[in-house]
Amino acid sequence: MRILVGVKRVIDYAVKVRVRPDKKGVVTDGVKHSMNPFDEIAVEEAIRLKEKKIAKEVVALSIGPTQAQETLRTALAMGADSAIHVEVPAGELERVQPLHVSRIISKLATEGKFDLVMVGKQAIDDDCNQTAQMTAAMLDWPQATFASKVEKDGDYLKVTREIDGGLETIKVGVPAVISADLRLNEPRYATLPNIMKAKKKPIKKMKASELGVDLTPTIEVISVEDPPVRAAGIKVEDVDTLIAKLKEAGRV
Amino acid sequence: MFSLRTSRLIQTGVLRRFQSTLVVAEHADSKLSAATLSAVTAAKQVGHEITCIVAGADCKQVAAELSKVGGVSKLLVAEDAALEGLLPERVAPVLLAAHKQFNFSHIIAGATAFGKSVLPRVAAKLDVSPISDITGIQAPDTFVRTIYAGNAIQTLKAKDAVKVLTVRGTSFEPAEVSGGSAAPEPLTVDVDKNSSEYIGQELSKSDRPELTSASNVVSGGRGLKSGDNFELLYKLADKLNAAVGASRAAVDAGFVSNDMQVGQTGKIIAPDLYVAVGISGAIQHLAGMKDSKTIVAINKDAEAPIFQVADLGLVADLFKAVPEMTEKL
Repeated sequence: MRILVGVKRVIDYAVKVRVRPDKKGVVTDGVKHSMNPFDEIAVEEAIRLKEKKIAKEVVALSIGPTQAQETLRTALAMGADSAIHVEVPAGELERVQPLHVSRIISKLATEGKFDLVMVGKQAIDDDCNQTAQMTAAMLDWPQATFASKVEKDGDYLKVTREIDGGLETIKVGVPAVISADLRLNEPRYATLPNIMKAKKKPIKKMKASELGVDLTPTIEVISVEDPPVRAAGIKVEDVDTLIAKLKEAGRV
Repeated sequence: MFSLRTSRLIQTGVLRRFQSTLVVAEHADSKLSAATLSAVTAAKQVGHEITCIVAGADCKQVAAELSKVGGVSKLLVAEDAALEGLLPERVAPVLLAAHKQFNFSHIIAGATAFGKSVLPRVAAKLDVSPISDITGIQAPDTFVRTIYAGNAIQTLKAKDAVKVLTVRGTSFEPAEVSGGSAAPEPLTVDVDKNSSEYIGQELSKSDRPELTSASNVVSGGRGLKSGDNFELLYKLADKLNAAVGASRAAVDAGFVSNDMQVGQTGKIIAPDLYVAVGISGAIQHLAGMKDSKTIVAINKDAEAPIFQVADLGLVADLFKAVPEMTEKL
C-alpha cells in the first residue's frame, strides 16, 4: 500500500493572530509557522502503518510557497520516504480553496497510484474541514473522517471515528481517504539524525498547472475583521459573592 | 426603457419563484437534531422556498416531526436499510439525486460531525466550494464565518451556482416545530453499498442536557487532576441543570471522553452560563465557548488567560470552591 499524506504550513497554533490593516486577511509575514497539528497526526499514522508493514511507502505532499518545503522536510524527518511540493506563490496562496487542494491531491493520487490519502481533519487557519471529504468525492473513494483509530481488517480498514455523541466504527475498502482527529496518535519528534537524513530525501517540485488544475477562486473574501471584544469582567472575592452576582444577573 | 425594466422585474420574479433551498435533516434514534432546526432558520434567512430531506434506514418519526416545522414547503424522504449509519458515500448520492431533480440554489446542514462529513462530499460532486460553519448570512451569496479558532471573522462572497453551507447551531435560533404542513414525498435512490460499511456506534450515555444545546455548561480542565474528580463538576452541574464539558487537556489526560471537548476542534457552544473550572483558557478552548452569555472562571492561577474573557472570575482552589458552590446553590 502506498500512502499520500497532505501537510499544510500554517501559523503556529500558539500564535495570537493579528488582522491586517487592509482587512483582507491576517498578518503572516514574520509570524512563526509550523505544520498544521492535525497533519502531524496524519503523518505519524502513515508512518506507523508503514512500521506495521501495512504500507510500503509514505509520500508527503504540500501545496504552497517555497517555505512549504520546510514543512515537507519535517514530514520527511518524521519518516516519510519522499515528498511532492506543488508550488503556489505566497501572494496567490490565500486564493487557494480546499476545492483546489482536493483537485491537486486527487490528480496526484490517481497518477501516483496511491491506495490511501491521509490528511488532518481541518487546518487550524481556515478551519474548513473539507479537504478529505472533497478528495474522496473526486476520487469516488470511501472516506473515514475524524479518525481516532485505524486498523487493518483483511482487505478493509476498520476506522473508529469521533462523532458528536461518542464514537462510531466503520469499515472502508482501499483505496480510501482518511482524515485524522487529535486522538488518533501522539506524533513523534524528529531526532537530529533523522533531520539530517531528511535533507537527502527527494522533494519533487511541480506546479498546479502541470496537473491541469486551475486555481481560479470561486470565493471572494470581502473582509477579515477582529471579533467583538468582550467587556472586561470582574474578579470576585469568594463563592458567596460569585453566587450573589450570578443571581443578580439571573443566571442561577 | 420602461419595458426593459418591467421585463427585468418579471425575470427576477420568475427566478425567485423557482429558487429553492435544500435543508438536510440530521437525526439519531428517531429524533430530529437541534442542528437541523438551526439550519432551517438559516434557510429562512436565505429567503427561498425550503425543501427538507431526511435520509436513513428508518425516518417515519423524523419525517412526521419535520412536516410540522414552519416554513418548510416540501419534504423528501429517502428511506432505505442501506442508509443505516448515514455513511457519506451513501447519503451524498441521495442528496445529489434530489438536487438533480429540483436544482437547488442552496444546500444547508448543521455544522455537526454528520454535516461536516457529508456536505463537502456533495459540494465536490457539484464542483463547487462548500462554506463551513457559517455564523451569519448577509445576502444569499454573502456569508460570515470565523477563521483562526474564532480570532478573525471572515465575510465572503460565493460565486458558485450552488451554495453548499454548514451552519453553526449557536448562531441561528432553532426553528419552531409548529405551523408546518409539508407532506412527506418518497425519494427513491439506488444506494451503492460497495465501498464502505457501517459497523456500529458507542455513544456516551448521560441524563444531563446535551452539551451543544444546554443553557448552562460546567467544564473542567487539567486542574481537575483526575477523572474521579470530575464527580465534583457533575454534582455542581446537577444543581445548575447543566451539561458538562471539558478542555482538550482533560480529554487527552483521559479524565473524560472526547465527545465532551469544547473548543476549535471539539464542540462550539454558546450557553447562557459557562463555568470554566481548572481551565487555563488556551486560544483553542476559547474558540468553543467565548460566545457564551456569562462566563465564570474558577482557577487558582490569577494570570490564567481565561480571566480575560470571564465576566466573573474567582481565584481559588477549585477543590474548595466547587463543593462550596454546590452546597450553597
